[in-house]
Amino acid sequence: MKFKAMTAIAALLLSVPAMSLADPDEDQLVLNGEMESVTETAAPAHLSDVLDTIYSGWRFRENETQALQMDDFDNPGMIFADLGLDQWNAVEGEEGKSCASCHDDVTESMKGVRAVYPKWNEAAGEVRTLAMQINDCRETNMQAEPYKYNSTQMTNMEALISVQSRGMPVNVAIDGPVQATWEAGKEMYYTRFGQLELSCANCHEDNYGNMIRADHLSQGQINGFPTYRLKNAKLNQTHDRFRGCIRDTRGHTFDVGSPEFVALELYVASRGNGLSVEGPSVRN
Amino acid sequence: MAEGVKPRVKAPSSAAAGEAVVLKTLISHQMESGQRKNADGTPIPRSIINRFTCEFNGKSVIDVKMEPAISTNPYFEFEAVIPEAGDLKFTWYDDDGDVYEDVKSVAIA
Repeated sequence: MKFKAMTAIAALLLSVPAMSLADPDEDQLVLNGEMESVTETAAPAHLSDVLDTIYSGWRFRENETQALQMDDFDNPGMIFADLGLDQWNAVEGEEGKSCASCHDDVTESMKGVRAVYPKWNEAAGEVRTLAMQINDCRETNMQAEPYKYNSTQMTNMEALISVQSRGMPVNVAIDGPVQATWEAGKEMYYTRFGQLELSCANCHEDNYGNMIRADHLSQGQINGFPTYRLKNAKLNQTHDRFRGCIRDTRGHTFDVGSPEFVALELYVASRGNGLSVEGPSVRN
Repeated sequence: MAEGVKPRVKAPSSAAAGEAVVLKTLISHQMESGQRKNADGTPIPRSIINRFTCEFNGKSVIDVKMEPAISTNPYFEFEAVIPEAGDLKFTWYDDDGDVYEDVKSVAIA
């Protein structure tokens, strides 16, 4: 009996690959058995000094969590995209319009949109996140109340729009008019915050693949946002995640939708240029 | 009707006679347990789905009594033997008296 147990333990040890347990695994993300997603690719040129390869956070998760994202029925985030579709078709505001009044079929009109945001808005002369653009549309074209930046409704709408770009590579522009904002975001990424004096880079660039308490540190890519997190059973926005990260450094954090977070979102999104859009993804 | 409730069902559109098929159901629902309190300290009233049933051509396949400890957006996966062509009827019963239904037809291949 004892011998048997020993053999079992030995077999277990042998089955563990030589690489560190926490490194990104070799699994490949195929959605619904048909749509292949890029979860690993060469780092964009602006990261050539610091990273060779970029990985989606999906690669750092357990098999069970990964499986949830591979099937739209099992993916709890898709519930919220469905709710977003109801909002898409709902007439609101004084103009008597819904999103569909101008943009028609979301599967056509919003294809590829998630992949290029945040981006420059020429008329407004500012960098806009998807949420800012949605609210501008509501206020200007629908004469409707804007959504609160990180409200459930806004997140649902973002999820719906993200779904239309799934599988397409993130392709955020970093030059031209957005360059100043991008530089500000980069500066922030490498700035240490809080009592613990941690920058984004300390964890997500220097230590991805290592453990942070009981969790695997990913590269902090945002190609999967909005993200369904098992810990709070709802969709989470990029800015809420940023806020959580800065809070964990024991620092004063910025507001969702603040210029600081817009700049940081642009920079972090550009670090994932080349990965597939996954939103709504499933993480722990 | 509680807010944001949407039933979803995944069932095959056809099956061989006598085949056991996998059925997956999920309903978005807050499943408020009644145990929590709001910021003022007053209890948040219980609001859950308390029963889920599935019938095939009027014959019961599964009948589940649900309790407050069940988490948000309850998901059920189970198997059913399909003896003949017919309709699968899924029903969820809300605490507030609402009943949500979904029907999927299964053909014999």
